Amino acid sequence: MATLISIPIFALLMILQSSLFSRIPLLYGTMDLLLLVVVAWALQKRVQTAWQWSIVAGLIYNLVSALPLGIPLIGYGITTGIALVLRRQVWQFPLLAMFITVFFGTLITHTISVTALRLVGHPIPLVEAFNLITLPSLLLNLILAAPAYALMSDLAARLYPEPLEA
Amino acid sequence: MKTTTTRSVQTIVFVLIAVGLIALALGGYLTPLSRIVLNPILAAQTWISQRYQAVQELVNAPQDTARLQQENSQLRTENSQLQSQIIELRQQLAETSVLSALVDFARANPENRYQAAAVIARDPSPFLNYVIINRGSDDGLRRGMPVVTQQGLIGRVDAVTAGASRVMLITDPASSVNVILEPSRAEAVLSGQITGDLSLEMIPQDANVEPGDLVLTSGLGGGYPQNILIGQITSVRSREQDIFKSASIQTLVDFNQITIVLVITNFRPIDITPLLPGEAGP
Repeated sequence: MATLISIPIFALLMILQSSLFSRIPLLYGTMDLLLLVVVAWALQKRVQTAWQWSIVAGLIYNLVSALPLGIPLIGYGITTGIALVLRRQVWQFPLLAMFITVFFGTLITHTISVTALRLVGHPIPLVEAFNLITLPSLLLNLILAAPAYALMSDLAARLYPEPLEA
Repeated sequence: MKTTTTRSVQTIVFVLIAVGLIALALGGYLTPLSRIVLNPILAAQTWISQRYQAVQELVNAPQDTARLQQENSQLRTENSQLQSQIIELRQQLAETSVLSALVDFARANPENRYQAAAVIARDPSPFLNYVIINRGSDDGLRRGMPVVTQQGLIGRVDAVTAGASRVMLITDPASSVNVILEPSRAEAVLSGQITGDLSLEMIPQDANVEPGDLVLTSGLGGGYPQNILIGQITSVRSREQDIFKSASIQTLVDFNQITIVLVITNFRPIDITPLLPGEAGP
């Protein structure tokens, strides 16, 4: 159930991302709604479907984007791994873990994207890409990190309710 | 008889008195007197009228407020409906003007067949300048077909599904278009940049290229048809030690605001990859 619900959620997020948020850039960077939700979901303490959600997000991203096949999947997968490690290490401060994961997740997904694009022949200049795209995207993602975490906490509380104490 | 005479005299006296009073009034001689008489009456009338109005307002006010509130809400609803109609009509007007310009463009270039499509999304990756249009293979679109607007070349179809296509814009860093410059007829290569700007590379050093020259597709390489307008040169960079000049160009197309495009459906790109050195098989 928790995995299946990710399909309409990420489909809706992709529609919003491609038709709305990609049109409102900061410099040339845009926020990554799917990354935010993948991270926020993975950091929920009772959630056990973090990997499944990151796979669904990566596949849906690849359906729309011209990025080489599997690149979003790898980026979201590594980010989910970081989130799960941090969930165990800094479980007392989930919001701090959210910010740290979004920070590194954005850098990792962008690095993987640029590397893959350069390998397939896109002449992307590294310094310009970092200054004009990655840094503004990082800022936008960090701004939206807290609201994304709050929304996913609500969803996790509905899908994984606290067990009643005897 | 005597009684009749007395009554006649009385009547005449009354008439005379009345005529006299009227004459005095018309002459203004009775004004002070009338003021003395009328002032208290007017004051009393005013007082009674005011009290009556106050009582009337007290009785009728709640009904009026309710009615006014109802009217107000009705007018607000009508106002919001009219506002939304205005916005809708403005959108239709803008769309109609774009479509009209596209029809003019199609009429001016009758050698091509066009399929109009709306831009519905952009690539979610900020590193790529691609758009998604709402026409696909069901509408006759194929990979490689050029995409234009009335203002010039936009890009070409990169991937197709049944109902939608992905278009690589000429501003994408991976895009390169063979172009010809007018009036010098010099050939060059147009490349996209990560910032969405366009630059011209590989302009021969001996070519007489100046700001204001037009940039058109050359058709070389078979990727695009000939003579589609792209833009105008804004500045030329040339150094003696370089083999080629380079230039910046300005397009008429605002690539961030593209809403409707035309796909040239009767153009089939030619794949020359097998003919390129190093690409051919053994």
